[in-house]
Amino acid sequence: MTQLFKPELVCPAGTPASLRTAIEAGADAVYCGFQGPTNARNFPGLNFTLDEMATAVNWAHQRGAKILSAINSFPTAGRTQIWKDAIDDAVSIGVDAIIIADIGMADYMHKTHPDQRMHLSVQAGASSPEAINFYCERFDIKRVVLPRILTVAEIKKVHDEIPCEIEAFVFGNIGMMAEGRCALTNYVTGLSTNMDGVCSPANFVNYEEDEDSNLTTKLGEFTIDCISCNENAGYPTICKGRYNTAHKREYYAFEEPISLNLTRLLPDLMRAGVTALKIEGRQRSKAYIRSVVSEFRNAVDAYSEGKNPDISNLLALTEGQKETQGAFRSKTWR
Amino acid sequence: MTSNNPSSDNQSIKDNPAGNFTRLLPPLPVFILQPLLNHIVKTIAGRHPELFARLGDSCKKRFLIDPYNLPIFLLLQPDPDRPQLRAYNRGKDVDHDVYISGTFKTLLRMIDGQTDSDALFFNRQLKVTGNSEAVVALRNALDNMDATLAEDVASCFGPLSKPVRLLIDRIIKPGKTSP
Repeated sequence: MTQLFKPELVCPAGTPASLRTAIEAGADAVYCGFQGPTNARNFPGLNFTLDEMATAVNWAHQRGAKILSAINSFPTAGRTQIWKDAIDDAVSIGVDAIIIADIGMADYMHKTHPDQRMHLSVQAGASSPEAINFYCERFDIKRVVLPRILTVAEIKKVHDEIPCEIEAFVFGNIGMMAEGRCALTNYVTGLSTNMDGVCSPANFVNYEEDEDSNLTTKLGEFTIDCISCNENAGYPTICKGRYNTAHKREYYAFEEPISLNLTRLLPDLMRAGVTALKIEGRQRSKAYIRSVVSEFRNAVDAYSEGKNPDISNLLALTEGQKETQGAFRSKTWR
Repeated sequence: MTSNNPSSDNQSIKDNPAGNFTRLLPPLPVFILQPLLNHIVKTIAGRHPELFARLGDSCKKRFLIDPYNLPIFLLLQPDPDRPQLRAYNRGKDVDHDVYISGTFKTLLRMIDGQTDSDALFFNRQLKVTGNSEAVVALRNALDNMDATLAEDVASCFGPLSKPVRLLIDRIIKPGKTSP
Protein backbone atom coordinates (compact mmCIF):
# COMPACT_ATOMS: atom_id res chain seq x y z
CA MET A 1 0.00 0.00 0.00
CA THR A 2 1.34 3.44 -0.86
CA GLN A 3 1.76 6.18 1.70
CA LEU A 4 -1.19 8.53 2.11
CA PHE A 5 -1.67 12.10 3.28
CA LYS A 6 -2.22 11.96 7.05
CA PRO A 7 -5.49 13.70 7.99
CA GLU A 8 -6.20 15.48 11.24
CA LEU A 9 -7.90 13.32 13.86
CA VAL A 10 -10.76 15.34 15.42
CA CYS A 11 -12.11 13.87 18.65
CA PRO A 12 -15.00 14.62 21.00
CA ALA A 13 -14.93 15.83 24.60
CA GLY A 14 -17.86 16.51 26.89
CA THR A 15 -15.78 17.36 29.95
CA PRO A 16 -12.29 18.78 30.63
CA ALA A 17 -11.11 15.34 31.76
CA SER A 18 -12.34 13.80 28.50
CA LEU A 19 -10.55 16.51 26.56
CA ARG A 20 -7.25 15.70 28.26
CA THR A 21 -7.89 11.99 27.71
CA ALA A 22 -8.52 12.56 23.99
CA ILE A 23 -5.32 14.53 23.49
CA GLU A 24 -3.23 12.08 25.50
CA ALA A 25 -4.70 9.28 23.35
CA GLY A 26 -3.57 11.00 20.17
CA ALA A 27 -6.18 13.53 19.07
CA ASP A 28 -4.87 16.29 16.82
CA ALA A 29 -7.91 18.42 17.63
CA VAL A 30 -10.77 18.22 20.10
CA TYR A 31 -14.24 19.66 19.62
CA CYS A 32 -16.31 20.69 22.62
CA GLY A 33 -19.09 23.05 23.62
CA PHE A 34 -20.13 25.49 26.30
CA GLN A 35 -22.78 24.55 28.84
CA GLY A 36 -26.25 25.54 27.70
CA PRO A 37 -28.22 25.47 24.45
CA THR A 38 -25.50 26.76 22.10
CA ASN A 39 -24.26 23.32 21.16
CA ALA A 40 -25.92 20.15 19.99
CA ARG A 41 -25.02 18.04 23.05
CA ASN A 42 -26.76 19.97 25.82
CA PHE A 43 -26.98 17.17 28.39
CA PRO A 44 -26.95 17.24 32.23
CA GLY A 45 -23.44 17.46 33.68
CA LEU A 46 -21.84 17.82 30.27
CA ASN A 47 -19.86 20.59 28.54
CA PHE A 48 -17.57 23.42 29.59
CA THR A 49 -17.76 26.66 31.52
CA LEU A 50 -15.85 29.57 30.01
CA ASP A 51 -13.05 29.11 32.56
CA GLU A 52 -12.84 25.39 31.83
CA MET A 53 -12.69 26.05 28.10
CA ALA A 54 -9.95 28.68 28.54
CA THR A 55 -7.87 26.28 30.64
CA ALA A 56 -8.44 23.55 28.06
CA VAL A 57 -7.27 25.80 25.23
CA ASN A 58 -4.00 26.57 27.03
CA TRP A 59 -3.49 22.93 28.01
CA ALA A 60 -4.10 21.74 24.45
CA HIS A 61 -1.89 24.36 22.83
CA GLN A 62 1.01 23.44 25.11
CA ARG A 63 0.73 19.94 23.63
CA GLY A 64 0.32 21.00 20.01
CA ALA A 65 -3.38 20.15 19.83
CA LYS A 66 -6.24 22.33 18.64
CA ILE A 67 -9.57 23.18 20.26
CA LEU A 68 -12.63 23.53 18.05
CA SER A 69 -15.55 25.17 19.80
CA ALA A 70 -18.94 23.80 18.73
CA ILE A 71 -21.55 26.58 18.71
CA ASN A 72 -23.67 24.60 16.36
CA SER A 73 -27.30 24.87 17.37
CA PHE A 74 -29.82 27.31 15.90
CA PRO A 75 -30.94 30.36 17.90
CA THR A 76 -34.56 31.38 17.75
CA ALA A 77 -35.92 34.92 17.77
CA GLY A 78 -35.20 36.73 21.01
CA ARG A 79 -32.43 34.34 22.03
CA THR A 80 -29.63 35.20 19.59
CA GLN A 81 -27.56 37.07 22.19
CA ILE A 82 -26.77 33.78 23.96
CA TRP A 83 -25.13 32.47 20.77
CA LYS A 84 -23.37 35.77 20.04
CA ASP A 85 -21.95 35.82 23.58
CA ALA A 86 -20.73 32.25 23.14
CA ILE A 87 -18.96 33.22 19.91
CA ASP A 88 -17.38 36.29 21.56
CA ASP A 89 -16.27 34.15 24.52
CA ALA A 90 -14.76 31.47 22.30
CA VAL A 91 -12.83 34.08 20.32
CA SER A 92 -11.62 35.77 23.52
CA ILE A 93 -9.97 32.59 24.84
CA GLY A 94 -8.22 31.75 21.58
CA VAL A 95 -9.95 28.65 20.30
CA ASP A 96 -8.53 27.45 17.00
CA ALA A 97 -11.86 27.36 15.20
CA ILE A 98 -15.54 27.83 15.87
CA ILE A 99 -17.99 25.34 14.40
CA ILE A 100 -21.12 27.19 13.26
CA ALA A 101 -24.42 25.90 11.88
CA ASP A 102 -26.76 28.89 11.84
CA ILE A 103 -26.41 31.23 8.86
CA GLY A 104 -27.16 34.27 11.01
CA MET A 105 -24.42 33.37 13.47
CA ALA A 106 -22.04 32.72 10.57
CA ASP A 107 -22.78 36.25 9.38
CA TYR A 108 -22.31 37.69 12.89
CA MET A 109 -19.01 35.91 13.33
CA HIS A 110 -17.70 36.84 9.91
CA LYS A 111 -18.49 40.53 10.47
CA THR A 112 -17.49 40.72 14.13
CA HIS A 113 -14.48 38.42 14.17
CA PRO A 114 -13.24 38.24 10.57
CA ASP A 115 -9.91 36.74 11.56
CA GLN A 116 -11.40 33.87 13.54
CA ARG A 117 -11.28 30.55 11.69
CA MET A 118 -14.81 29.25 11.04
CA HIS A 119 -15.90 25.68 10.30
CA LEU A 120 -19.34 24.83 8.96
CA SER A 121 -21.09 22.33 11.22
CA VAL A 122 -22.65 19.14 9.96
CA GLN A 123 -25.83 20.65 11.42
CA ALA A 124 -25.86 23.16 8.54
CA GLY A 125 -26.57 20.23 6.24
CA ALA A 126 -24.45 21.60 3.37
CA SER A 127 -23.88 18.65 1.06
CA SER A 128 -23.53 20.14 -2.43
CA PRO A 129 -20.66 22.17 -3.86
CA GLU A 130 -23.13 25.00 -4.50
CA ALA A 131 -24.19 25.18 -0.86
CA ILE A 132 -20.66 24.89 0.47
CA ASN A 133 -19.32 27.46 -1.98
CA PHE A 134 -22.02 29.88 -0.85
CA TYR A 135 -20.77 29.63 2.75
CA CYS A 136 -17.16 29.97 1.59
CA GLU A 137 -17.86 33.06 -0.49
CA ARG A 138 -20.12 34.81 2.02
CA PHE A 139 -18.53 33.85 5.33
CA ASP A 140 -15.04 32.64 4.45
CA ILE A 141 -15.50 29.24 6.08
CA LYS A 142 -12.29 27.22 6.08
CA ARG A 143 -13.73 23.74 6.56
CA VAL A 144 -17.05 21.97 6.04
CA VAL A 145 -18.17 19.02 8.14
CA LEU A 146 -20.05 16.93 5.62
CA PRO A 147 -23.45 15.37 6.36
CA ARG A 148 -23.37 11.60 6.66
CA ILE A 149 -25.31 11.07 3.43
CA LEU A 150 -22.55 11.04 0.83
CA THR A 151 -20.62 8.14 -0.64
CA VAL A 152 -16.85 8.35 -0.70
CA ALA A 153 -17.06 8.90 -4.47
CA GLU A 154 -19.40 11.84 -3.91
CA ILE A 155 -17.09 13.28 -1.27
CA LYS A 156 -14.30 13.21 -3.86
CA LYS A 157 -16.51 15.12 -6.31
CA VAL A 158 -17.39 17.71 -3.66
CA HIS A 159 -13.74 18.04 -2.76
CA ASP A 160 -12.82 18.83 -6.34
CA GLU A 161 -15.37 21.66 -6.54
CA ILE A 162 -14.92 23.55 -3.28
CA PRO A 163 -12.11 25.76 -1.97
CA CYS A 164 -12.29 24.67 1.70
CA GLU A 165 -11.21 21.64 3.69
CA ILE A 166 -13.47 18.64 4.29
CA GLU A 167 -14.09 17.00 7.66
CA ALA A 168 -15.88 13.65 7.58
CA PHE A 169 -17.37 11.56 10.38
CA VAL A 170 -15.73 8.15 10.68
CA PHE A 171 -17.10 6.65 13.89
CA GLY A 172 -20.04 6.92 16.29
CA ASN A 173 -23.71 7.62 16.25
CA ILE A 174 -25.49 7.75 12.92
CA GLY A 175 -29.10 8.54 12.19
CA MET A 176 -31.32 8.61 9.16
CA MET A 177 -32.45 12.19 9.61
CA ALA A 178 -31.28 15.08 7.46
CA GLU A 179 -28.57 16.74 9.55
CA GLY A 180 -29.82 19.80 11.36
CA ARG A 181 -33.41 19.17 10.29
CA CYS A 182 -34.54 16.38 12.62
CA ALA A 183 -37.64 17.35 14.59
CA LEU A 184 -38.56 13.97 16.08
CA THR A 185 -37.56 14.91 19.63
CA ASN A 186 -39.43 18.19 19.27
CA TYR A 187 -42.66 16.39 18.34
CA VAL A 188 -42.51 14.29 21.51
CA THR A 189 -40.97 16.59 24.12
CA GLY A 190 -41.43 20.15 22.88
CA LEU A 191 -37.65 20.59 23.06
CA SER A 192 -35.52 20.75 19.96
CA THR A 193 -32.35 18.91 19.04
CA ASN A 194 -31.41 21.78 16.78
CA MET A 195 -32.52 24.81 18.82
CA ASP A 196 -32.07 23.56 22.40
CA GLY A 197 -29.27 21.11 21.72
CA VAL A 198 -31.12 18.15 23.17
CA CYS A 199 -31.81 14.94 21.28
CA SER A 200 -33.98 12.84 23.63
CA PRO A 201 -33.57 15.07 26.73
CA ALA A 202 -32.75 12.93 29.75
CA ASN A 203 -35.61 14.21 31.86
CA PHE A 204 -38.04 12.73 29.33
CA VAL A 205 -36.28 9.34 29.17
CA ASN A 206 -37.53 6.44 31.25
CA TYR A 207 -36.27 2.87 31.39
CA GLU A 208 -38.46 0.16 32.89
CA GLU A 209 -37.28 -3.41 33.37
CA ASP A 210 -39.71 -6.18 34.20
CA GLU A 211 -39.05 -9.23 36.35
CA ASP A 212 -37.85 -11.18 33.31
CA SER A 213 -35.24 -8.46 32.55
CA ASN A 214 -37.10 -7.21 29.49
CA LEU A 215 -36.33 -3.51 29.09
CA THR A 216 -38.87 -0.91 27.95
CA THR A 217 -37.49 2.42 26.76
CA LYS A 218 -39.79 5.43 26.80
CA LEU A 219 -39.43 9.04 25.70
CA GLY A 220 -42.17 11.05 27.32
CA GLU A 221 -45.36 9.04 27.02
CA PHE A 222 -44.17 7.11 23.97
CA THR A 223 -42.59 3.67 24.03
CA ILE A 224 -39.53 3.60 21.78
CA ASP A 225 -38.52 -0.01 22.17
CA CYS A 226 -39.11 -3.19 24.16
CA ILE A 227 -35.85 -5.06 24.43
CA SER A 228 -35.92 -8.68 25.49
CA CYS A 229 -33.55 -9.95 28.16
CA ASN A 230 -31.00 -11.37 25.71
CA GLU A 231 -30.92 -8.37 23.34
CA ASN A 232 -28.53 -5.43 23.31
CA ALA A 233 -29.94 -1.99 24.01
CA GLY A 234 -29.35 1.35 22.28
CA TYR A 235 -29.74 5.04 22.94
CA PRO A 236 -33.30 6.20 23.69
CA THR A 237 -33.67 8.11 20.43
CA ILE A 238 -36.81 7.98 18.34
CA CYS A 239 -34.86 7.32 15.15
CA LYS A 240 -33.44 4.10 16.66
CA GLY A 241 -36.78 2.91 18.03
CA ARG A 242 -38.65 -0.28 17.18
CA TYR A 243 -42.33 0.13 16.46
CA ASN A 244 -45.49 -1.73 15.57
CA THR A 245 -46.42 -0.21 12.22
CA ALA A 246 -49.30 -0.86 9.86
CA HIS A 247 -47.27 -3.20 7.68
CA LYS A 248 -44.79 -4.68 10.13
CA ARG A 249 -44.50 -5.35 13.86
CA GLU A 250 -41.41 -4.69 15.95
CA TYR A 251 -39.98 -2.72 13.05
CA TYR A 252 -36.98 -0.38 13.14
CA ALA A 253 -38.90 2.20 11.14
CA PHE A 254 -35.96 4.59 10.75
CA GLU A 255 -32.68 2.89 11.72
CA GLU A 256 -31.41 0.17 14.04
CA PRO A 257 -29.28 0.93 17.09
CA ILE A 258 -25.99 0.94 15.22
CA SER A 259 -22.76 2.90 14.99
CA LEU A 260 -20.88 4.26 12.02
CA ASN A 261 -17.47 2.63 11.69
CA LEU A 262 -15.37 3.64 8.69
CA THR A 263 -12.02 2.20 9.71
CA ARG A 264 -11.99 0.04 6.58
CA LEU A 265 -12.75 3.07 4.40
CA LEU A 266 -10.08 5.34 5.89
CA PRO A 267 -7.66 4.91 2.95
CA ASP A 268 -10.46 5.74 0.49
CA LEU A 269 -11.41 8.85 2.49
CA MET A 270 -7.77 9.93 2.63
CA ARG A 271 -7.46 9.52 -1.14
CA ALA A 272 -10.71 11.46 -1.62
CA GLY A 273 -9.09 14.52 -0.10
CA VAL A 274 -10.62 14.51 3.36
CA THR A 275 -8.55 16.81 5.59
CA ALA A 276 -9.97 15.78 8.95
CA LEU A 277 -11.55 12.62 10.35
CA LYS A 278 -14.18 13.15 13.03
CA ILE A 279 -15.20 10.83 15.85
CA GLU A 280 -18.70 11.38 17.24
CA GLY A 281 -19.49 11.08 20.96
CA ARG A 282 -19.19 14.11 23.21
CA GLN A 283 -21.70 12.38 25.48
CA ARG A 284 -19.53 9.29 25.86
CA SER A 285 -17.18 8.45 28.74
CA LYS A 286 -13.43 8.88 29.08
CA ALA A 287 -13.01 5.12 28.78
CA TYR A 288 -14.76 5.21 25.40
CA ILE A 289 -12.78 8.20 24.21
CA ARG A 290 -9.49 6.63 25.29
CA SER A 291 -10.26 3.41 23.42
CA VAL A 292 -11.68 4.89 20.23
CA VAL A 293 -9.12 7.67 19.85
CA SER A 294 -6.22 5.27 20.46
CA GLU A 295 -7.56 2.83 17.88
CA PHE A 296 -8.06 5.54 15.29
CA ARG A 297 -4.66 7.11 16.03
CA ASN A 298 -3.02 3.77 15.31
CA ALA A 299 -5.14 3.16 12.22
CA VAL A 300 -4.57 6.59 10.69
CA ASP A 301 -0.83 6.46 11.36
CA ALA A 302 -0.57 2.97 9.92
CA TYR A 303 -2.55 3.76 6.76
CA SER A 304 -0.58 6.94 6.17
CA GLU A 305 2.62 4.89 6.35
CA GLY A 306 1.28 2.36 3.86
CA LYS A 307 0.61 -0.35 6.47
CA ASN A 308 -2.54 -2.35 7.27
CA PRO A 309 -3.56 -1.81 10.92
CA ASP A 310 -5.50 -4.12 13.19
CA ILE A 311 -8.96 -2.54 13.32
CA SER A 312 -10.88 -5.25 15.14
CA ASN A 313 -11.27 -3.74 18.63
CA LEU A 314 -13.93 -1.10 18.13
CA LEU A 315 -17.07 -3.23 17.89
CA ALA A 316 -17.55 -3.53 21.67
CA LEU A 317 -17.98 0.24 21.89
CA THR A 318 -20.59 0.56 19.16
CA GLU A 319 -24.27 1.19 19.84
CA GLY A 320 -26.12 -2.11 19.98
CA GLN A 321 -22.72 -3.69 19.26
CA LYS A 322 -23.51 -3.32 15.58
CA GLU A 323 -21.66 -1.26 13.00
CA THR A 324 -22.30 0.11 9.54
CA GLN A 325 -20.51 2.04 6.83
CA GLY A 326 -23.81 3.80 6.18
CA ALA A 327 -24.11 5.92 3.08
CA PHE A 328 -20.34 6.19 2.74
CA ARG A 329 -20.31 2.76 1.09
CA SER A 330 -23.70 2.75 -0.60
CA LYS A 331 -26.90 4.79 -0.76
CA THR A 332 -28.91 1.63 -0.16
CA TRP A 333 -27.50 0.53 3.19
CA ARG A 334 -30.97 -0.15 4.58
CA MET B 1 -40.18 7.14 43.87
CA THR B 2 -39.56 3.57 44.90
CA SER B 3 -38.96 0.86 42.36
CA ASN B 4 -36.55 -1.96 41.73
CA ASN B 5 -35.79 -2.28 45.39
CA PRO B 6 -33.07 -4.87 45.78
CA SER B 7 -35.16 -7.37 47.64
CA SER B 8 -34.07 -10.93 48.16
CA ASP B 9 -36.38 -11.93 45.31
CA ASN B 10 -34.66 -9.71 42.79
CA GLN B 11 -34.67 -11.52 39.44
CA SER B 12 -31.09 -10.53 38.73
CA ILE B 13 -30.02 -12.35 41.84
CA LYS B 14 -32.00 -15.42 40.86
CA ASP B 15 -30.01 -15.52 37.65
CA ASN B 16 -26.68 -15.20 39.41
CA PRO B 17 -25.09 -18.08 41.36
CA ALA B 18 -23.18 -15.67 43.59
CA GLY B 19 -26.45 -13.84 44.24
CA ASN B 20 -28.11 -17.07 45.28
CA PHE B 21 -25.27 -17.71 47.68
CA THR B 22 -25.60 -14.27 49.26
CA ARG B 23 -29.29 -14.93 49.94
CA LEU B 24 -28.26 -17.73 52.27
CA LEU B 25 -26.07 -15.44 54.35
CA PRO B 26 -27.43 -13.87 57.54
CA PRO B 27 -27.84 -10.07 57.47
CA LEU B 28 -24.52 -8.32 57.83
CA PRO B 29 -23.98 -5.83 60.66
CA VAL B 30 -23.84 -2.92 58.22
CA PHE B 31 -23.58 -0.39 61.06
CA ILE B 32 -19.93 -1.42 61.28
CA LEU B 33 -19.44 -0.17 57.71
CA GLN B 34 -21.18 3.15 58.28
CA PRO B 35 -18.27 5.17 59.80
CA LEU B 36 -16.08 4.11 56.86
CA LEU B 37 -18.77 5.03 54.32
CA ASN B 38 -19.26 8.41 56.01
CA HIS B 39 -15.51 8.99 55.82
CA ILE B 40 -15.40 8.00 52.15
CA VAL B 41 -18.27 10.21 51.01
CA LYS B 42 -17.08 13.23 53.00
CA THR B 43 -13.50 12.81 51.77
CA ILE B 44 -14.59 12.62 48.13
CA ALA B 45 -16.96 15.59 48.54
CA GLY B 46 -14.13 17.64 50.07
CA ARG B 47 -11.63 16.72 47.37
CA HIS B 48 -13.95 17.23 44.42
CA PRO B 49 -16.25 20.22 44.94
CA GLU B 50 -16.53 20.49 41.15
CA LEU B 51 -18.63 17.32 41.21
CA PHE B 52 -21.56 19.23 42.67
CA ALA B 53 -21.51 21.95 40.00
CA ARG B 54 -21.90 19.28 37.33
CA LEU B 55 -24.58 17.46 39.30
CA GLY B 56 -26.71 20.60 39.54
CA ASP B 57 -30.14 19.89 41.02
CA SER B 58 -29.45 16.16 40.81
CA CYS B 59 -27.30 16.43 43.95
CA LYS B 60 -30.54 16.20 45.94
CA LYS B 61 -31.50 12.88 44.34
CA ARG B 62 -31.09 9.49 46.02
CA PHE B 63 -29.08 6.94 44.04
CA LEU B 64 -29.57 3.31 45.00
CA ILE B 65 -26.44 1.42 43.92
CA ASP B 66 -27.00 -2.31 43.87
CA PRO B 67 -24.07 -4.70 43.41
CA TYR B 68 -26.55 -7.52 43.01
CA ASN B 69 -24.16 -10.34 43.80
CA LEU B 70 -23.31 -8.90 47.22
CA PRO B 71 -25.53 -9.14 50.31
CA ILE B 72 -25.70 -5.35 50.71
CA PHE B 73 -26.56 -2.32 48.62
CA LEU B 74 -25.75 1.38 48.97
CA LEU B 75 -27.78 4.58 48.96
CA LEU B 76 -25.92 7.70 47.84
CA GLN B 77 -27.22 11.24 48.24
CA PRO B 78 -24.51 13.57 46.88
CA ASP B 79 -25.83 16.69 48.60
CA PRO B 80 -22.90 19.13 48.99
CA ASP B 81 -24.25 20.28 52.35
CA ARG B 82 -24.76 16.79 53.71
CA PRO B 83 -23.36 14.04 51.49
CA GLN B 84 -24.53 10.61 52.53
CA LEU B 85 -23.59 7.05 51.65
CA ARG B 86 -25.42 4.35 53.58
CA ALA B 87 -25.29 0.56 53.40
CA TYR B 88 -28.34 -1.65 53.74
CA ASN B 89 -28.89 -5.37 53.89
CA ARG B 90 -30.67 -6.79 50.87
CA GLY B 91 -34.41 -6.96 51.34
CA LYS B 92 -34.67 -3.58 53.04
CA ASP B 93 -37.19 -1.28 51.34
CA VAL B 94 -35.51 2.07 50.67
CA ASP B 95 -36.93 5.11 48.85
CA HIS B 96 -34.78 6.25 45.95
CA ASP B 97 -34.87 8.27 42.72
CA VAL B 98 -32.37 6.29 40.66
CA TYR B 99 -31.57 2.59 40.63
CA ILE B 100 -28.18 1.43 39.29
CA SER B 101 -27.38 -2.26 39.30
CA GLY B 102 -24.64 -4.58 38.10
CA THR B 103 -22.18 -7.07 39.47
CA PHE B 104 -19.77 -5.71 42.05
CA LYS B 105 -16.97 -6.11 39.51
CA THR B 106 -18.91 -4.22 36.82
CA LEU B 107 -19.68 -1.33 39.15
CA LEU B 108 -16.10 -1.24 40.42
CA ARG B 109 -14.69 -1.19 36.88
CA MET B 110 -17.06 1.65 36.07
CA ILE B 111 -16.05 3.87 39.00
CA ASP B 112 -12.42 3.10 38.25
CA GLY B 113 -12.83 4.50 34.72
CA GLN B 114 -11.90 1.15 33.22
CA THR B 115 -14.97 0.69 31.10
CA ASP B 116 -17.57 2.71 29.24
CA SER B 117 -20.87 2.85 31.08
CA ASP B 118 -22.85 3.34 27.85
CA ALA B 119 -21.35 0.14 26.44
CA LEU B 120 -22.19 -1.66 29.70
CA PHE B 121 -25.76 -0.44 29.37
CA PHE B 122 -25.96 -1.44 25.70
CA ASN B 123 -24.87 -4.99 26.44
CA ARG B 124 -27.15 -5.16 29.52
CA GLN B 125 -24.41 -5.58 32.12
CA LEU B 126 -25.60 -2.35 33.72
CA LYS B 127 -29.20 -1.73 34.70
CA VAL B 128 -30.45 1.82 35.18
CA THR B 129 -33.99 2.89 36.01
CA GLY B 130 -35.57 5.94 37.61
CA ASN B 131 -34.62 9.57 37.07
CA SER B 132 -32.56 9.50 33.87
CA GLU B 133 -31.52 13.15 34.14
CA ALA B 134 -29.95 12.49 37.54
CA VAL B 135 -28.09 9.39 36.42
CA VAL B 136 -26.72 11.17 33.32
CA ALA B 137 -25.56 14.08 35.49
CA LEU B 138 -23.90 11.71 37.97
CA ARG B 139 -22.19 9.77 35.20
CA ASN B 140 -20.82 12.96 33.63
CA ALA B 141 -19.79 14.46 36.97
CA LEU B 142 -17.84 11.33 37.94
CA ASP B 143 -16.35 11.03 34.46
CA ASN B 144 -14.82 14.50 34.82
CA MET B 145 -12.63 13.34 37.70
CA ASP B 146 -8.98 12.90 36.78
CA ALA B 147 -8.36 10.55 39.67
CA THR B 148 -10.94 7.80 39.62
CA LEU B 149 -13.51 7.31 42.34
CA ALA B 150 -11.96 3.93 43.06
CA GLU B 151 -8.61 5.59 43.77
CA ASP B 152 -10.27 8.04 46.13
CA VAL B 153 -12.05 5.22 47.93
CA ALA B 154 -8.79 3.31 48.31
CA SER B 155 -7.04 6.38 49.69
CA CYS B 156 -9.64 6.60 52.49
CA PHE B 157 -8.19 3.46 54.04
CA GLY B 158 -5.08 5.29 55.26
CA PRO B 159 -2.16 2.89 55.77
CA LEU B 160 -4.22 0.16 54.11
CA SER B 161 -4.81 2.18 50.95
CA LYS B 162 -2.20 0.30 48.90
CA PRO B 163 -3.51 -3.17 49.81
CA VAL B 164 -7.06 -1.95 49.12
CA ARG B 165 -5.97 -0.62 45.73
CA LEU B 166 -4.32 -3.95 44.97
CA LEU B 167 -7.51 -5.73 46.00
CA ILE B 168 -9.55 -3.50 43.67
CA ASP B 169 -7.10 -4.21 40.85
CA ARG B 170 -7.39 -7.91 41.53
CA ILE B 171 -11.20 -7.80 41.44
CA ILE B 172 -11.47 -5.74 38.27
CA LYS B 173 -8.77 -7.62 36.41
CA PRO B 174 -10.19 -8.51 32.95
CA GLY B 175 -11.35 -12.09 32.69
CA LYS B 176 -11.75 -12.64 36.41
CA THR B 177 -15.19 -13.88 37.31
CA SER B 178 -17.60 -12.17 39.70
CA PRO B 179 -17.72 -10.54 42.10
